[in-house]
Amino acid sequence: MTGFVVRRIGFYTFVAVVLAFFALPLLWLVTAPFTDTPTYEVKVPDFTPANFQAIVEHPYALGSLVNSIILAVGTAALVVLFASLAAYALSRVRLPGRDALLYALLLLSSIITGTAAMVPLFQLAVTVGLIDSQLGLILILTGGLLPAAIFMLKDFMDSTPKSYEESARVFGASPLQIVGHIVVPLVRPGLATIAVWALANVWGNFLMPYLLLSDVEKQPAAVIMYTLYTEGGQPNLRLLSTFGLLYSIPVVLMYLFVSKKYGFRFHGGIKR
Amino acid sequence: MSTDAAGLGRVRASAFVAPALILIAVFLVFPALWVVLLGVTNYRLTGLAAADPEFVGLDNFVSALTDGRFLDSTWLTVQFVLGSAVIGQAILGFTLAKVLHGRVKRFVEGLVILAWILPSAVVSFLWIALLDRDSGTLNTLLGIPGFPWLLDHPMLSIIVFNTWRGTAFSMMLYGAALGNVPPSHLESARLAGANGWQQLRDVIFPHIRGHILTNLLLISLWTFNDFTPFLLTAGGPDGKSEILAVHVYKVALQGGELGYGAAVSTVILLINLVVAVFYLRLLREQR
Repeated sequence: MTGFVVRRIGFYTFVAVVLAFFALPLLWLVTAPFTDTPTYEVKVPDFTPANFQAIVEHPYALGSLVNSIILAVGTAALVVLFASLAAYALSRVRLPGRDALLYALLLLSSIITGTAAMVPLFQLAVTVGLIDSQLGLILILTGGLLPAAIFMLKDFMDSTPKSYEESARVFGASPLQIVGHIVVPLVRPGLATIAVWALANVWGNFLMPYLLLSDVEKQPAAVIMYTLYTEGGQPNLRLLSTFGLLYSIPVVLMYLFVSKKYGFRFHGGIKR
Repeated sequence: MSTDAAGLGRVRASAFVAPALILIAVFLVFPALWVVLLGVTNYRLTGLAAADPEFVGLDNFVSALTDGRFLDSTWLTVQFVLGSAVIGQAILGFTLAKVLHGRVKRFVEGLVILAWILPSAVVSFLWIALLDRDSGTLNTLLGIPGFPWLLDHPMLSIIVFNTWRGTAFSMMLYGAALGNVPPSHLESARLAGANGWQQLRDVIFPHIRGHILTNLLLISLWTFNDFTPFLLTAGGPDGKSEILAVHVYKVALQGGELGYGAAVSTVILLINLVVAVFYLRLLREQR
Protein backbone atom coordinates (compact mmCIF):
# COMPACT_ATOMS: atom_id res chain seq x y z
CA MET A 1 0.00 0.00 0.00
CA THR A 2 2.72 2.53 0.91
CA GLY A 3 4.63 1.42 -2.15
CA PHE A 4 1.60 2.28 -4.24
CA VAL A 5 1.29 5.72 -2.63
CA VAL A 6 4.98 6.49 -3.11
CA ARG A 7 4.75 5.46 -6.74
CA ARG A 8 1.68 7.65 -7.28
CA ILE A 9 3.45 10.64 -5.71
CA GLY A 10 6.53 9.98 -7.82
CA PHE A 11 4.38 9.76 -10.94
CA TYR A 12 2.58 13.04 -10.34
CA THR A 13 5.83 14.81 -9.44
CA PHE A 14 7.28 13.61 -12.74
CA VAL A 15 4.21 14.77 -14.66
CA ALA A 16 4.33 18.17 -12.93
CA VAL A 17 8.02 18.68 -13.75
CA VAL A 18 7.48 17.67 -17.39
CA LEU A 19 4.47 19.97 -17.68
CA ALA A 20 6.45 22.89 -16.24
CA PHE A 21 9.40 22.17 -18.52
CA PHE A 22 7.28 22.15 -21.67
CA ALA A 23 4.86 24.93 -20.70
CA LEU A 24 7.23 27.55 -19.24
CA PRO A 25 8.84 28.72 -22.51
CA LEU A 26 5.39 29.02 -24.09
CA LEU A 27 4.05 31.47 -21.50
CA TRP A 28 5.74 34.47 -23.07
CA LEU A 29 4.07 33.80 -26.41
CA VAL A 30 0.58 34.00 -24.91
CA THR A 31 1.18 37.03 -22.67
CA ALA A 32 3.57 39.41 -24.47
CA PRO A 33 1.39 40.09 -27.55
CA PHE A 34 -1.37 41.43 -25.29
CA THR A 35 0.94 43.55 -23.14
CA ASP A 36 1.33 47.29 -23.69
CA THR A 37 5.13 47.53 -23.90
CA PRO A 38 6.34 43.94 -23.61
CA THR A 39 9.78 43.03 -22.26
CA TYR A 40 11.19 39.52 -21.93
CA GLU A 41 9.31 39.29 -18.64
CA VAL A 42 6.14 37.23 -18.41
CA LYS A 43 3.50 39.56 -16.98
CA VAL A 44 -0.25 39.40 -16.59
CA PRO A 45 -1.33 41.04 -19.87
CA ASP A 46 -3.47 44.15 -20.01
CA PHE A 47 -5.22 42.92 -23.17
CA THR A 48 -4.35 45.78 -25.44
CA PRO A 49 -5.14 45.33 -29.15
CA ALA A 50 -2.48 47.91 -30.06
CA ASN A 51 0.19 45.35 -30.99
CA PHE A 52 -2.15 43.59 -33.39
CA GLN A 53 -3.05 46.96 -34.89
CA ALA A 54 0.66 47.56 -35.49
CA ILE A 55 1.04 44.20 -37.24
CA VAL A 56 -1.96 44.87 -39.50
CA GLU A 57 -0.43 48.20 -40.46
CA HIS A 58 2.98 46.63 -41.15
CA PRO A 59 3.43 46.60 -44.96
CA TYR A 60 4.67 43.00 -45.29
CA ALA A 61 3.54 41.09 -42.19
CA LEU A 62 0.17 39.74 -43.35
CA GLY A 63 1.35 39.18 -46.92
CA SER A 64 4.23 37.10 -45.65
CA LEU A 65 1.78 34.77 -43.89
CA VAL A 66 0.01 34.24 -47.23
CA ASN A 67 3.40 33.49 -48.81
CA SER A 68 4.10 30.95 -46.07
CA ILE A 69 0.78 29.25 -46.81
CA ILE A 70 1.57 29.07 -50.56
CA LEU A 71 5.01 27.56 -49.93
CA ALA A 72 3.88 25.11 -47.24
CA VAL A 73 0.75 23.84 -49.01
CA GLY A 74 2.48 23.59 -52.39
CA THR A 75 5.42 21.65 -50.97
CA ALA A 76 3.28 19.36 -48.80
CA ALA A 77 1.04 18.49 -51.75
CA LEU A 78 3.99 17.56 -53.96
CA VAL A 79 5.71 15.64 -51.15
CA VAL A 80 2.61 13.56 -50.32
CA LEU A 81 1.84 12.84 -53.98
CA PHE A 82 5.36 11.86 -55.08
CA ALA A 83 6.33 10.15 -51.84
CA SER A 84 3.23 7.96 -51.71
CA LEU A 85 3.64 6.82 -55.32
CA ALA A 86 7.31 6.07 -54.79
CA ALA A 87 6.84 4.46 -51.38
CA TYR A 88 4.07 2.21 -52.70
CA ALA A 89 6.15 1.03 -55.65
CA LEU A 90 9.19 0.47 -53.44
CA SER A 91 7.12 -1.40 -50.88
CA ARG A 92 5.50 -3.76 -53.39
CA VAL A 93 8.08 -4.27 -56.11
CA ARG A 94 11.65 -5.27 -55.47
CA LEU A 95 13.76 -2.82 -57.44
CA PRO A 96 17.49 -3.51 -57.41
CA GLY A 97 19.43 -1.77 -54.65
CA ARG A 98 16.26 -0.46 -53.03
CA ASP A 99 17.24 -0.43 -49.37
CA ALA A 100 20.74 0.92 -49.91
CA LEU A 101 19.28 3.67 -52.11
CA LEU A 102 16.70 4.63 -49.50
CA TYR A 103 19.24 4.86 -46.71
CA ALA A 104 21.73 6.78 -48.85
CA LEU A 105 19.09 9.34 -49.82
CA LEU A 106 17.87 9.67 -46.26
CA LEU A 107 21.39 10.33 -45.10
CA LEU A 108 21.98 12.85 -47.85
CA SER A 109 18.74 14.70 -47.20
CA SER A 110 19.49 15.25 -43.54
CA ILE A 111 22.72 17.02 -44.44
CA ILE A 112 22.16 18.67 -47.77
CA THR A 113 19.01 20.54 -46.76
CA GLY A 114 20.97 22.46 -44.14
CA THR A 115 23.81 24.88 -44.29
CA ALA A 116 26.10 22.59 -46.27
CA ALA A 117 24.21 22.99 -49.55
CA MET A 118 23.56 26.71 -49.36
CA VAL A 119 26.22 27.62 -51.89
CA PRO A 120 25.48 25.01 -54.58
CA LEU A 121 21.71 25.46 -54.30
CA PHE A 122 22.09 29.20 -54.69
CA GLN A 123 24.32 28.80 -57.74
CA LEU A 124 21.95 26.21 -59.21
CA ALA A 125 18.94 28.48 -58.71
CA VAL A 126 20.75 31.40 -60.37
CA THR A 127 21.82 29.27 -63.34
CA VAL A 128 18.38 27.86 -64.14
CA GLY A 129 16.53 31.09 -63.28
CA LEU A 130 14.74 29.89 -60.15
CA ILE A 131 15.82 32.85 -58.02
CA ASP A 132 12.89 34.79 -56.62
CA SER A 133 10.50 32.11 -57.82
CA GLN A 134 8.14 30.56 -55.30
CA LEU A 135 7.65 27.56 -57.56
CA GLY A 136 11.41 27.03 -57.71
CA LEU A 137 11.62 27.17 -53.93
CA ILE A 138 8.74 24.67 -53.64
CA LEU A 139 10.58 22.23 -55.93
CA ILE A 140 13.84 22.62 -53.97
CA LEU A 141 12.09 22.10 -50.63
CA THR A 142 10.21 19.09 -52.02
CA GLY A 143 13.47 17.50 -53.16
CA GLY A 144 14.86 17.91 -49.66
CA LEU A 145 11.88 16.41 -47.85
CA LEU A 146 11.11 13.51 -50.22
CA PRO A 147 13.68 10.95 -48.97
CA ALA A 148 12.54 11.05 -45.34
CA ALA A 149 8.89 11.06 -46.47
CA ILE A 150 9.39 7.99 -48.69
CA PHE A 151 11.29 6.29 -45.89
CA MET A 152 8.50 6.83 -43.37
CA LEU A 153 5.67 6.06 -45.80
CA LYS A 154 7.27 2.86 -47.02
CA ASP A 155 7.03 1.49 -43.50
CA PHE A 156 3.32 2.32 -43.41
CA MET A 157 2.86 0.62 -46.79
CA ASP A 158 4.81 -2.45 -45.70
CA SER A 159 2.54 -2.98 -42.74
CA THR A 160 -0.75 -2.83 -44.68
CA PRO A 161 -2.23 -6.20 -45.65
CA LYS A 162 -1.75 -7.11 -49.29
CA SER A 163 -4.82 -9.33 -49.53
CA TYR A 164 -7.17 -6.41 -50.36
CA GLU A 165 -5.01 -5.46 -53.31
CA GLU A 166 -4.92 -9.05 -54.50
CA SER A 167 -8.70 -9.36 -54.46
CA ALA A 168 -9.14 -5.99 -56.17
CA ARG A 169 -6.78 -7.21 -58.85
CA VAL A 170 -8.82 -10.38 -59.28
CA PHE A 171 -11.81 -8.16 -60.01
CA GLY A 172 -9.85 -6.31 -62.68
CA ALA A 173 -8.85 -3.06 -60.98
CA SER A 174 -5.89 -1.20 -62.55
CA PRO A 175 -2.82 -0.46 -60.43
CA LEU A 176 -3.70 3.26 -60.21
CA GLN A 177 -7.24 2.38 -59.12
CA ILE A 178 -5.84 0.03 -56.50
CA VAL A 179 -3.58 2.77 -55.16
CA GLY A 180 -6.38 5.35 -55.16
CA HIS A 181 -9.20 3.24 -53.78
CA ILE A 182 -7.47 0.74 -51.52
CA VAL A 183 -3.96 1.74 -50.53
CA VAL A 184 -4.58 5.46 -49.92
CA PRO A 185 -7.53 4.88 -47.54
CA LEU A 186 -5.50 2.24 -45.69
CA VAL A 187 -2.48 4.47 -45.12
CA ARG A 188 -4.42 7.69 -44.62
CA PRO A 189 -3.00 8.24 -41.10
CA GLY A 190 0.47 7.90 -42.60
CA LEU A 191 -0.32 10.39 -45.37
CA ALA A 192 -1.72 12.81 -42.79
CA THR A 193 1.41 12.47 -40.69
CA ILE A 194 3.65 13.14 -43.70
CA ALA A 195 1.53 16.11 -44.79
CA VAL A 196 1.65 17.68 -41.33
CA TRP A 197 5.35 16.98 -41.06
CA ALA A 198 6.03 18.61 -44.45
CA LEU A 199 3.77 21.60 -43.72
CA ALA A 200 5.38 22.24 -40.33
CA ASN A 201 8.83 21.82 -41.83
CA VAL A 202 8.32 24.37 -44.62
CA TRP A 203 6.35 26.71 -42.36
CA GLY A 204 9.37 26.98 -40.08
CA ASN A 205 12.10 26.95 -42.74
CA PHE A 206 14.12 30.14 -42.65
CA LEU A 207 17.35 29.39 -44.47
CA MET A 208 16.14 28.43 -47.97
CA PRO A 209 13.63 31.27 -48.51
CA TYR A 210 16.13 33.72 -47.00
CA LEU A 211 18.68 32.55 -49.53
CA LEU A 212 16.49 32.26 -52.63
CA LEU A 213 13.79 34.93 -52.35
CA SER A 214 15.12 38.48 -52.35
CA ASP A 215 11.82 40.15 -53.25
CA VAL A 216 10.30 41.17 -49.91
CA GLU A 217 6.80 40.78 -51.38
CA LYS A 218 7.41 37.06 -51.85
CA GLN A 219 9.17 36.31 -48.57
CA PRO A 220 7.46 34.03 -46.02
CA ALA A 221 6.84 34.81 -42.35
CA ALA A 222 10.04 33.13 -41.13
CA VAL A 223 12.14 35.68 -43.04
CA ILE A 224 9.95 38.69 -42.21
CA MET A 225 10.24 37.78 -38.52
CA TYR A 226 13.92 38.73 -38.62
CA THR A 227 13.18 42.17 -40.07
CA LEU A 228 11.13 43.21 -37.03
CA TYR A 229 13.88 45.21 -35.36
CA THR A 230 13.90 48.79 -34.13
CA GLU A 231 16.09 51.48 -35.70
CA GLY A 232 18.56 50.87 -32.88
CA GLY A 233 19.02 47.24 -33.95
CA GLN A 234 17.17 45.88 -30.91
CA PRO A 235 14.38 43.35 -31.41
CA ASN A 236 11.03 45.11 -31.54
CA LEU A 237 9.31 42.95 -28.94
CA ARG A 238 5.84 44.39 -29.60
CA LEU A 239 5.90 43.34 -33.24
CA LEU A 240 7.97 40.20 -32.66
CA SER A 241 5.78 38.66 -29.99
CA THR A 242 2.55 39.50 -31.79
CA PHE A 243 3.74 38.36 -35.19
CA GLY A 244 5.22 35.23 -33.57
CA LEU A 245 1.80 34.39 -32.16
CA LEU A 246 0.01 34.98 -35.49
CA TYR A 247 2.69 32.98 -37.27
CA SER A 248 2.27 30.09 -34.79
CA ILE A 249 -1.52 29.86 -34.81
CA PRO A 250 -1.89 28.13 -38.23
CA VAL A 251 0.40 25.21 -37.28
CA VAL A 252 -1.39 24.80 -33.96
CA LEU A 253 -4.80 24.79 -35.68
CA MET A 254 -3.53 22.29 -38.23
CA TYR A 255 -2.26 20.02 -35.49
CA LEU A 256 -5.58 20.18 -33.61
CA PHE A 257 -7.50 19.47 -36.81
CA VAL A 258 -5.36 16.50 -37.82
CA SER A 259 -5.19 14.99 -34.36
CA LYS A 260 -8.98 15.17 -34.09
CA LYS A 261 -9.62 13.78 -37.55
CA TYR A 262 -6.93 11.14 -37.97
CA GLY A 263 -5.19 10.81 -34.62
CA PHE A 264 -1.75 12.37 -34.65
CA ARG A 265 0.56 9.42 -34.14
CA PHE A 266 2.53 6.79 -35.92
CA HIS A 267 0.29 3.80 -36.48
CA GLY A 268 2.95 1.19 -36.12
CA GLY A 269 4.92 2.92 -38.86
CA ILE A 270 8.70 3.25 -38.91
CA LYS A 271 9.82 -0.06 -37.63
CA ARG A 272 13.01 -1.19 -39.26
CA MET B 1 10.78 -11.21 -51.04
CA SER B 2 8.02 -8.64 -51.27
CA THR B 3 5.03 -9.64 -53.30
CA ASP B 4 3.69 -7.50 -56.11
CA ALA B 5 0.09 -7.68 -54.92
CA ALA B 6 -1.29 -4.96 -57.18
CA GLY B 7 0.38 -6.32 -60.31
CA LEU B 8 2.45 -3.21 -60.71
CA GLY B 9 5.36 -4.70 -62.61
CA ARG B 10 8.81 -3.22 -62.89
CA VAL B 11 7.98 -0.66 -65.58
CA ARG B 12 5.01 0.89 -63.81
CA ALA B 13 6.84 0.73 -60.50
CA SER B 14 9.67 2.73 -62.02
CA ALA B 15 7.19 5.28 -63.36
CA PHE B 16 5.78 5.65 -59.83
CA VAL B 17 9.25 6.25 -58.42
CA ALA B 18 10.48 8.53 -61.22
CA PRO B 19 9.03 11.95 -60.25
CA ALA B 20 10.41 11.68 -56.72
CA LEU B 21 13.78 10.47 -57.94
CA ILE B 22 14.13 13.28 -60.49
CA LEU B 23 13.47 15.98 -57.88
CA ILE B 24 15.85 14.29 -55.45
CA ALA B 25 18.54 13.97 -58.10
CA VAL B 26 18.35 17.61 -59.18
CA PHE B 27 17.93 19.31 -55.81
CA LEU B 28 19.74 16.93 -53.48
CA VAL B 29 22.26 14.65 -55.16
CA PHE B 30 23.55 17.27 -57.56
CA PRO B 31 24.22 19.91 -54.84
CA ALA B 32 25.91 17.20 -52.75
CA LEU B 33 28.30 16.34 -55.56
CA TRP B 34 28.90 20.03 -56.15
CA VAL B 35 29.88 20.44 -52.50
CA VAL B 36 32.48 17.70 -52.85
CA LEU B 37 33.83 19.39 -55.99
CA LEU B 38 33.98 22.82 -54.38
CA GLY B 39 35.92 21.28 -51.50
CA VAL B 40 39.00 20.75 -53.65
CA THR B 41 39.11 24.37 -54.87
CA ASN B 42 40.08 27.64 -53.21
CA TYR B 43 36.75 29.22 -54.24
CA ARG B 44 35.88 32.34 -52.24
CA LEU B 45 32.83 34.59 -52.01
CA THR B 46 34.82 37.70 -52.93
CA GLY B 47 38.24 38.63 -54.29
CA LEU B 48 40.47 37.05 -56.90
CA ALA B 49 39.62 33.42 -56.14
CA ALA B 50 35.91 34.21 -56.62
CA ALA B 51 36.35 34.91 -60.33
CA ASP B 52 38.80 32.14 -61.08
CA PRO B 53 38.93 29.38 -58.46
CA GLU B 54 41.93 27.07 -58.58
CA PHE B 55 42.23 23.36 -57.88
CA VAL B 56 44.00 22.90 -54.54
CA GLY B 57 43.64 19.15 -54.04
CA LEU B 58 43.23 18.02 -50.48
CA ASP B 59 44.67 21.22 -48.93
CA ASN B 60 41.29 22.27 -47.52
CA PHE B 61 40.79 18.88 -45.91
CA VAL B 62 44.25 18.90 -44.37
CA SER B 63 43.80 22.37 -42.94
CA ALA B 64 40.33 21.48 -41.61
CA LEU B 65 41.53 18.32 -39.86
CA THR B 66 44.47 20.13 -38.27
CA ASP B 67 42.47 23.22 -37.30
CA GLY B 68 41.79 23.45 -33.56
CA ARG B 69 38.56 25.34 -34.16
CA PHE B 70 37.19 22.55 -36.37
CA LEU B 71 38.17 19.84 -33.87
CA ASP B 72 36.63 21.76 -30.96
CA SER B 73 33.51 22.21 -33.02
CA THR B 74 33.33 18.46 -33.73
CA TRP B 75 33.66 17.65 -30.03
CA LEU B 76 30.89 20.14 -29.17
CA THR B 77 28.69 18.51 -31.81
CA VAL B 78 29.27 15.08 -30.24
CA GLN B 79 28.22 16.50 -26.86
CA PHE B 80 25.20 18.14 -28.46
CA VAL B 81 24.03 14.94 -30.18
CA LEU B 82 24.66 12.66 -27.18
CA GLY B 83 23.22 15.10 -24.67
CA SER B 84 20.14 16.38 -26.47
CA ALA B 85 19.21 13.57 -28.89
CA VAL B 86 20.37 10.25 -27.43
CA ILE B 87 20.01 11.09 -23.72
CA GLY B 88 17.49 13.94 -23.78
CA GLN B 89 14.97 13.25 -26.53
CA ALA B 90 15.13 9.46 -26.69
CA ILE B 91 15.01 8.78 -22.94
CA LEU B 92 12.47 11.48 -22.13
CA GLY B 93 10.40 10.48 -25.17
CA PHE B 94 10.42 6.81 -24.19
CA THR B 95 9.58 7.59 -20.56
CA LEU B 96 6.65 9.77 -21.56
CA ALA B 97 5.34 7.15 -23.98
CA LYS B 98 5.67 4.47 -21.31
CA VAL B 99 4.26 6.06 -18.17
CA LEU B 100 1.50 8.41 -19.35
CA HIS B 101 -2.11 7.26 -19.56
CA GLY B 102 -5.56 8.66 -20.19
CA ARG B 103 -6.37 12.34 -19.85
CA VAL B 104 -2.97 13.28 -18.38
CA LYS B 105 -1.39 11.70 -21.43
CA ARG B 106 -3.41 13.70 -23.93
CA PHE B 107 -2.66 16.98 -22.20
CA VAL B 108 1.08 16.41 -21.74
CA GLU B 109 1.40 15.05 -25.28
CA GLY B 110 -0.29 18.16 -26.65
CA LEU B 111 2.28 20.43 -25.00
CA VAL B 112 5.23 18.27 -26.06
CA ILE B 113 4.02 18.23 -29.67
CA LEU B 114 3.43 21.99 -29.56
CA ALA B 115 7.12 22.50 -28.76
CA TRP B 116 7.91 20.40 -31.82
CA ILE B 117 5.64 22.03 -34.40
CA LEU B 118 6.14 25.73 -33.60
CA PRO B 119 8.47 27.50 -36.09
CA SER B 120 12.15 27.77 -35.07
CA ALA B 121 12.07 31.54 -35.48
CA VAL B 122 9.38 31.68 -32.79
CA VAL B 123 10.77 29.11 -30.35
CA SER B 124 14.22 30.66 -30.42
CA PHE B 125 12.72 33.96 -29.25
CA LEU B 126 10.70 32.12 -26.61
CA TRP B 127 13.91 30.64 -25.20
CA ILE B 128 15.76 33.93 -25.39
CA ALA B 129 12.90 35.39 -23.34
CA LEU B 130 12.93 32.43 -20.92
CA LEU B 131 16.67 32.63 -20.33
CA ASP B 132 17.02 36.42 -20.36
CA ARG B 133 19.35 37.40 -17.53
CA ASP B 134 17.35 40.30 -16.10
CA SER B 135 13.68 39.62 -16.73
CA GLY B 136 13.64 35.99 -17.92
CA THR B 137 11.07 33.65 -16.39
CA LEU B 138 13.67 31.09 -15.34
CA ASN B 139 15.76 33.50 -13.29
CA THR B 140 12.64 34.98 -11.72
CA LEU B 141 11.47 31.52 -10.66
CA LEU B 142 14.88 30.46 -9.37
CA GLY B 143 15.38 33.82 -7.65
CA ILE B 144 18.74 34.46 -9.31
CA PRO B 145 18.23 37.64 -11.37
CA GLY B 146 21.17 38.52 -13.57
CA PHE B 147 22.42 34.96 -14.11
CA PRO B 148 23.56 34.79 -17.76
CA TRP B 149 22.60 31.25 -18.87
CA LEU B 150 23.50 31.72 -22.53
CA LEU B 151 26.91 33.19 -21.64
CA ASP B 152 27.92 30.97 -18.72
CA HIS B 153 26.39 27.66 -19.90
CA PRO B 154 25.88 27.94 -23.66
CA MET B 155 26.18 24.19 -24.35
CA LEU B 156 23.85 23.22 -21.49
CA SER B 157 21.36 25.81 -22.75
CA ILE B 158 21.24 24.53 -26.32
CA ILE B 159 21.17 20.88 -25.16
CA VAL B 160 18.18 21.49 -22.90
CA PHE B 161 16.60 23.62 -25.63
CA ASN B 162 16.96 20.88 -28.24
CA THR B 163 15.57 18.27 -25.82
CA TRP B 164 12.53 20.49 -25.33
CA ARG B 165 12.26 21.05 -29.07
CA GLY B 166 12.53 17.48 -30.33
CA THR B 167 11.20 15.07 -27.69
CA ALA B 168 7.82 14.82 -29.45
CA PHE B 169 9.15 12.73 -32.33
CA SER B 170 10.65 10.08 -30.04
CA MET B 171 7.59 10.11 -27.81
CA MET B 172 5.26 9.42 -30.75
CA LEU B 173 7.53 6.80 -32.27
CA TYR B 174 7.88 4.89 -28.99
CA GLY B 175 4.16 5.29 -28.42
CA ALA B 176 3.53 3.39 -31.65
CA ALA B 177 6.27 0.87 -30.87
CA LEU B 178 4.96 0.06 -27.39
CA GLY B 179 1.56 -0.64 -28.92
CA ASN B 180 3.18 -3.52 -30.81
CA VAL B 181 4.45 -5.29 -27.68
CA PRO B 182 2.04 -8.21 -27.09
CA PRO B 183 0.35 -7.73 -23.69
CA SER B 184 0.41 -11.51 -23.15
CA HIS B 185 4.23 -11.50 -23.08
CA LEU B 186 4.23 -8.74 -20.46
CA GLU B 187 1.59 -10.62 -18.50
CA SER B 188 3.60 -13.84 -18.40
CA ALA B 189 6.74 -11.92 -17.41
CA ARG B 190 4.80 -10.33 -14.57
CA LEU B 191 3.43 -13.69 -13.47
CA ALA B 192 6.96 -15.07 -13.50
CA GLY B 193 7.83 -12.34 -10.98
CA ALA B 194 9.80 -9.98 -13.23
CA ASN B 195 10.07 -6.47 -11.79
CA GLY B 196 9.63 -3.30 -13.83
CA TRP B 197 13.24 -3.07 -14.98
CA GLN B 198 13.38 -6.78 -15.89
CA GLN B 199 10.21 -6.45 -17.95
CA LEU B 200 11.78 -3.51 -19.79
CA ARG B 201 15.02 -5.36 -20.43
CA ASP B 202 13.69 -8.81 -21.29
CA VAL B 203 10.34 -8.17 -22.94
CA ILE B 204 9.97 -4.59 -24.14
CA PHE B 205 13.46 -3.70 -25.42
CA PRO B 206 13.89 -6.86 -27.53
CA HIS B 207 10.48 -6.22 -29.11
CA ILE B 208 11.11 -2.59 -30.03
CA ARG B 209 14.83 -2.85 -30.78
CA GLY B 210 14.25 -1.89 -34.43
CA HIS B 211 12.22 1.16 -33.44
CA ILE B 212 14.89 2.26 -30.98
CA LEU B 213 17.66 2.07 -33.55
CA THR B 214 15.63 3.80 -36.27
CA ASN B 215 14.71 6.52 -33.80
CA LEU B 216 18.31 7.02 -32.69
CA LEU B 217 19.51 7.10 -36.30
CA LEU B 218 17.02 9.77 -37.35
CA ILE B 219 17.32 12.04 -34.32
CA SER B 220 21.12 11.77 -34.29
CA LEU B 221 21.33 12.86 -37.93
CA TRP B 222 18.77 15.63 -37.48
CA THR B 223 20.47 16.95 -34.36
CA PHE B 224 23.92 16.71 -35.92
CA ASN B 225 22.90 19.04 -38.75
CA ASP B 226 20.58 21.33 -36.82
CA PHE B 227 21.17 25.03 -37.34
CA THR B 228 18.63 26.34 -34.79
CA PRO B 229 21.15 26.70 -31.90
CA PHE B 230 22.64 29.54 -33.95
CA LEU B 231 19.48 31.54 -33.29
CA LEU B 232 20.03 31.19 -29.52
CA THR B 233 23.77 31.65 -29.01
CA ALA B 234 25.15 32.38 -32.52
CA GLY B 235 27.89 29.86 -31.66
CA GLY B 236 29.16 32.03 -28.85
CA PRO B 237 30.43 33.17 -26.52
CA ASP B 238 33.87 32.77 -28.02
CA GLY B 239 32.96 29.65 -30.02
CA LYS B 240 31.84 27.73 -26.91
CA SER B 241 28.64 26.52 -28.58
CA GLU B 242 29.88 26.52 -32.18
CA ILE B 243 28.58 23.13 -33.34
CA LEU B 244 29.51 22.01 -36.87
CA ALA B 245 26.40 23.35 -38.65
CA VAL B 246 27.14 26.78 -37.18
CA HIS B 247 30.86 26.42 -37.92
CA VAL B 248 30.19 25.83 -41.64
CA TYR B 249 27.91 28.84 -41.81
CA LYS B 250 30.55 31.00 -40.17
CA VAL B 251 33.50 29.99 -42.34
CA ALA B 252 31.61 29.70 -45.63
CA LEU B 253 29.12 32.55 -45.57
CA GLN B 254 30.38 34.96 -42.93
CA GLY B 255 34.06 34.33 -43.70
CA GLY B 256 33.51 33.89 -47.46
CA GLU B 257 35.77 30.83 -47.76
CA LEU B 258 33.43 28.74 -49.87
CA GLY B 259 36.00 26.12 -50.89
CA TYR B 260 37.14 25.51 -47.32
CA GLY B 261 33.52 25.51 -46.11
CA ALA B 262 32.63 22.91 -48.73
CA ALA B 263 35.51 20.72 -47.53
CA VAL B 264 34.19 20.96 -43.96
CA SER B 265 30.72 20.05 -45.29
CA THR B 266 32.19 16.99 -46.97
CA VAL B 267 33.82 15.93 -43.70
CA ILE B 268 30.43 16.38 -41.97
CA LEU B 269 28.89 14.20 -44.65
CA LEU B 270 31.47 11.49 -43.94
CA ILE B 271 30.90 11.65 -40.17
CA ASN B 272 27.16 11.29 -40.79
CA LEU B 273 27.86 8.31 -42.99
CA VAL B 274 29.88 6.64 -40.23
CA VAL B 275 27.10 7.27 -37.70
CA ALA B 276 24.49 5.85 -40.08
CA VAL B 277 26.52 2.76 -40.93
CA PHE B 278 27.08 2.16 -37.21
CA TYR B 279 23.33 2.13 -36.51
CA LEU B 280 22.53 0.10 -39.61
CA ARG B 281 25.03 -2.60 -38.61
CA LEU B 282 23.42 -2.82 -35.20
CA LEU B 283 20.05 -3.09 -36.92
CA ARG B 284 21.20 -5.91 -39.16
CA GLU B 285 22.55 -7.91 -36.23
CA GLN B 286 19.07 -8.43 -34.86
CA ARG B 287 17.98 -10.49 -37.85
